[in-house]
Amino acid sequence: MTVDTRERLSFWEAVGLIAGREIADQLRDWRILTPIAILTLFFPLLMNFTANKATSFVAQYGANVVADRLIPFLLMVVGFFPISISLVIALESFAGERERLSLEPLLATPLTDGQLYLGKMLASLLVPLGAAYLGIGVYLGGLALTVHWSPPPVLLAQVLMLTTMQALVMVSGAVVISSQTTSVRAANLLASFVIVPMSQLIIGESLIMFWAQYAVLWWIVFGLFIVAIVLGRMGLHLFNREELLGREIDVLSFKWAWRHVKASFLGSRSGFAGWYAGVIRTSLPRLWPSMVFMIVVLTGAYLLGVRMAGQYRIPADVLQVDAIKSDLLQQMRSFGLLSGRGWWLILANNLRAIGMASLVGIFTFGILGVILLMVPVGLIGFFAGNLSLAGFDALKYVAALVAPHGILEIPAAIIAGAAILHLGMSLVSPPAGESLGESWLTALAEWCRVSLGVVLPLLVAAAAIEVFVTPLVAAWLLGGG
Amino acid sequence: MGALIEASGLTKQFDELIAVEDVTLRVAQGQILALLGPNGAGKTTTIRMLASILPPTRGTARIAGYDVLEEAHNVRRAVGLLTEHHGLYTRMRPKAYLAFFGRTYGLSQTEAERRADQLLERFGLQQDLDRRLGHFSRGMRQKLALARAMLHNPPVLLLDEPTSAMDPASARMVRQSIEALRSSNRAIIVCTHNLAEAEALADRIAIIRKGRIVVLGTPKDLKQTLLGDPIMELRLAGRLDGAVQALPRGIEPVACGENWLRYRASKPERANPRVLEAMSRAGLSVVTLTDVGRSLEEVYLRVVSDGESDQDANR
Repeated sequence: MTVDTRERLSFWEAVGLIAGREIADQLRDWRILTPIAILTLFFPLLMNFTANKATSFVAQYGANVVADRLIPFLLMVVGFFPISISLVIALESFAGERERLSLEPLLATPLTDGQLYLGKMLASLLVPLGAAYLGIGVYLGGLALTVHWSPPPVLLAQVLMLTTMQALVMVSGAVVISSQTTSVRAANLLASFVIVPMSQLIIGESLIMFWAQYAVLWWIVFGLFIVAIVLGRMGLHLFNREELLGREIDVLSFKWAWRHVKASFLGSRSGFAGWYAGVIRTSLPRLWPSMVFMIVVLTGAYLLGVRMAGQYRIPADVLQVDAIKSDLLQQMRSFGLLSGRGWWLILANNLRAIGMASLVGIFTFGILGVILLMVPVGLIGFFAGNLSLAGFDALKYVAALVAPHGILEIPAAIIAGAAILHLGMSLVSPPAGESLGESWLTALAEWCRVSLGVVLPLLVAAAAIEVFVTPLVAAWLLGGG
Repeated sequence: MGALIEASGLTKQFDELIAVEDVTLRVAQGQILALLGPNGAGKTTTIRMLASILPPTRGTARIAGYDVLEEAHNVRRAVGLLTEHHGLYTRMRPKAYLAFFGRTYGLSQTEAERRADQLLERFGLQQDLDRRLGHFSRGMRQKLALARAMLHNPPVLLLDEPTSAMDPASARMVRQSIEALRSSNRAIIVCTHNLAEAEALADRIAIIRKGRIVVLGTPKDLKQTLLGDPIMELRLAGRLDGAVQALPRGIEPVACGENWLRYRASKPERANPRVLEAMSRAGLSVVTLTDVGRSLEEVYLRVVSDGESDQDANR
């Protein structure tokens, strides 16, 4: 008997089939429909009422600007509330089916991982997003009727895009969580990884909207789009029929984790020399793509700093580099340079910066960590740009104040940034055969090896040069010894 | 006869636990293999590997000619899987549910609905078309799950506990359906705890214990191998007086009562006429001479208890 080769579903037909069934299921569930109806119809009307009252109130005091800012802000809020439901639906997508034991028949079908995953994602996204658009429509309709306000098309496009991207990011994150947990309870507990950053984003967006810097919203839309792509790719990469069915309980085994990190940290070679050779010959080459990326972004940060100098000029009376020259060494001593204490302070500061970048990198796929490392380089570019605009020889100043220790400090930042990126990205694409936890712990051990074996010695040496050599070079090049 | 299911050295390891080890089996067209074993023996894991849901750690398997690892997509199309837990979408109605799964297997909507109607009819669920699946009894759910497995007319059926939770009439209906499917040249593996069902349905039985297939053969062969030659019971009209002595040479009684005795016969068709003749010569009236049926349960318990005693001995 041969397999019946009948009509095969196209990729998107299969995605639509999964999504369609789930959406039909959602539309039969009053626990989903009731909050959506409230948030779509009642809540926008409440916001409408609020906008009306606030507009009238502030108008009495001539503070019309408050109303001007409040109405668009409420537009964003009205869009956001219904999409919060998508988080609940997405968290339930795989974990719920697993709990109800209905997942196995679905996994036994010829549908591909991508079709199942995207079908679930779409199913979580479409109903809340539709509700959000409807809510926005109700809110705007109310405003048109009561205060005769309609949004500029660009603002409306921004809010719609923002709402869509926020929903996409929440759903992408929540589906990843749902596919990696064994129960809805566990998925809900882990939902804070989505809720906390999203709340911070909403606070940030609120500030931006009250500040009326609407152009920044496009950057947020772009950033969210990138995050959604990263999360979607991560989810697809991690989606694994075996993990979904094989794991019975989520157990955190510190003993196993410690053993794994220890084994990966020590590597296969024995003795300190063997370990160090492993760091140089194995760990560092593994980071080279990330290092290339770091070189590109740090160069970009420097150039961006130079460009920003054109926009934000430091007033000439503040930029008194000539005055500094005369007593440069003395000033440097007052900062603690040319002393052992200064060496320790600089080293501690650099270690703190690398530590902070690593910490935030863990939660942001390495992205925020890299941005933190870009900031000082950007500042150097900014000052160099200002010096240049003020008619000074910027290159000379950079050569005097940055280059001596920068020769070691910048490579340290590049390598540290690469290790952070590697650690953050280990969550996005674990190697085949490794679980998410294993992949992350291996990358953590790799980060420790590189940090201890390469970054720390470079920073120790760089701090020593910065304290004891850079001031002398600066005094020699700039005068004022 | 080509094998639709072929597994060789199939092994599955979860971290340190070896769930299935070195499973080798072959099921040809038109054959049914019953997979028996205690809970946690590795039956479901074996089925999941054969259905390309779990990748094997070692070993290979081919389903309808497709490799479970390399051609998982085709394997899934070729397999109808009845899962251990039926796990239905409780808000759906039966026809829509089956049509949905039919579509996932590539049937057109019309064809999926036509097949759904046929199977609902066959399993006596036509009168429940308007009920949501959440209101179905366990037996009805099981029937629907079985219909789901048969929906795309697959050449290979992997059925995990097909009649669990069913009343005797429904169980019989399902058994008949499985029988009917055998005749249409499918290969079927049935995991079950119901030994009578396994014996009635299966051409061959595999008993799996601690992830390994410990015995594999036809029910007759297994009984012969594990329980010895068939046992015959001779009942006389009166007491046994002289009957044991009258038995032909080479036939020894294994048990006796007041008016009966039992003996083993490797070839009953030869031994029994000789026994009857001997009794007649001795002037003893025979009431019955019957084969003492030995159930698969005895075989199963022997295999399982052997495993337990091995374990005790190793402790």
